[in-house]
Amino acid sequence: MLKYESIQELVDEAESRGMRISELVLQDQAAAMEKTELEAYEKMELDFQVMIQAVQAGQAPDQRSMSGLTGGEGYKMKTYAAEKGGLCGSFLGGAISRALAVAGCNASMGKIVAAPTAGSCGILPGCLVSLYEEKHIPEKDIVMSMFTAGAFGMVIAKKASIAGAQGGCQAECGSASAMAAAALVELMGGTPAQCADACAIAIANQLGLVCDPVAGLVEIPCIKRNVSGIMIAFSSADMVLAGIDSKIPADECLDAMRSVGDTMPEALRETAGGGLASTPTGIRMKKQVFGDQKE
Amino acid sequence: MNVFDIIGPVMIGPSSSHTAGAVRLGRVANKLMDNHPLKRVEITLSGSFAQTYKGHGTDRALLAGIMGYHSYSPEIRDALAIATERGIDYVFLKEDIKGAHPNTARIHFILQDGEEGTVQGASIGGGNILVHQINGMNVEFTGENNTILVMHQDQPGVIAAVTQLMHFEYAELNIASFRLTREARGGNAIMTIEIDGHPPEGLTDAIRKISLVTNAILVRRV
Repeated sequence: MLKYESIQELVDEAESRGMRISELVLQDQAAAMEKTELEAYEKMELDFQVMIQAVQAGQAPDQRSMSGLTGGEGYKMKTYAAEKGGLCGSFLGGAISRALAVAGCNASMGKIVAAPTAGSCGILPGCLVSLYEEKHIPEKDIVMSMFTAGAFGMVIAKKASIAGAQGGCQAECGSASAMAAAALVELMGGTPAQCADACAIAIANQLGLVCDPVAGLVEIPCIKRNVSGIMIAFSSADMVLAGIDSKIPADECLDAMRSVGDTMPEALRETAGGGLASTPTGIRMKKQVFGDQKE
Repeated sequence: MNVFDIIGPVMIGPSSSHTAGAVRLGRVANKLMDNHPLKRVEITLSGSFAQTYKGHGTDRALLAGIMGYHSYSPEIRDALAIATERGIDYVFLKEDIKGAHPNTARIHFILQDGEEGTVQGASIGGGNILVHQINGMNVEFTGENNTILVMHQDQPGVIAAVTQLMHFEYAELNIASFRLTREARGGNAIMTIEIDGHPPEGLTDAIRKISLVTNAILVRRV
């Protein structure tokens, strides 16, 4: 049984057995849950189907959040990327649209897969559904890569945190981005050690990110932070695949993430007491949604 | 923790604590109703639940759970309309419940046959809940296991009688957690017994027959 207490454990085990991290984790988790590997795979496949549906739901032109503060971002970006390509090109533009769409679907009480949380639910689909739909990577490979993403997430949850209330947004969108980066590297044929490096770079690039939701809602800035999460995941994966390594090992990056989270003021940990939530516009939006309420 | 705690759960957004956890709190009330038709429900919101319920759909989530829907049911979004369609009279109240966790709700339900009940609990993060009160009595359970609540008089031997019955009559039954609270020595007391696996048929009826036991309720896993 794997302990999921360090990234190095995953890399060492996979390399010594000549397996992908995803294969190792599927085998280990099926045993731990007393399921067959096929049952565990099929459960993950259902999660991937929900992700695809969430992309579609969130790209509808009339998508609006429950509060009315946000809506339609996925559709706008999809149209722009398809028609104009944009600065990022149609592939990344499409990925941005999918991340916005899933995060928007969440804000409008649609069905999503928390990955690892509801607030960061657009990042894994933004990356993986894009590879599936645009790069025509087989579904089986995509679903398998989700076991790699999940394994990295388990280590992050144990060594650092995946809760905004504990570690800020670095723990939610940062974790999701690092998980996605590792999955992307595996999908593109990278080694287990390269998966770890992509995770490390993604964490390093979001270290210190605060959780400051306007009006306490999972909308502003959460929806757009899902986009920065995918951009960091794609760029981290590509750097590693180009042969650029992480100068700080993944496990040390996670230790750093934990200590940064521990020293982060409570106002910046999901309490809506600081950051964007306490800007004049943030406060005005809160009044717009909830009226004048005493704290 | 397993890989599906990280990739998952599948849920209706936007918030695991304000939406998914709220559905599960509602489901505890639904389990207590035991399939009897609901007439009216009063839902009291406290703390952060009271302040932000509109933006997170906490009201819809609680009502959906009360009607038996799951945290992944798309019906959550339309729960208010569904309740009206079903002829359920519902009202949301705001109250500062003293000393309660910020995400606390109290659900008071009245069934068509006149029976009433109350559940008070909190959504403590990540979709997890803690039930604090059932019908005004202090309890503490998570809803992750099937839970048996045994109301009784605090006298020597009652706990032994209950656990012996569980052991001798239902050999495969295993207690996952046990908690006792009482008003005062010799007064009204309540056992909160979380069990592994499925509750055997007839268990609560058998417990009710034990001397000094006043009632036994099964709250199925939510």
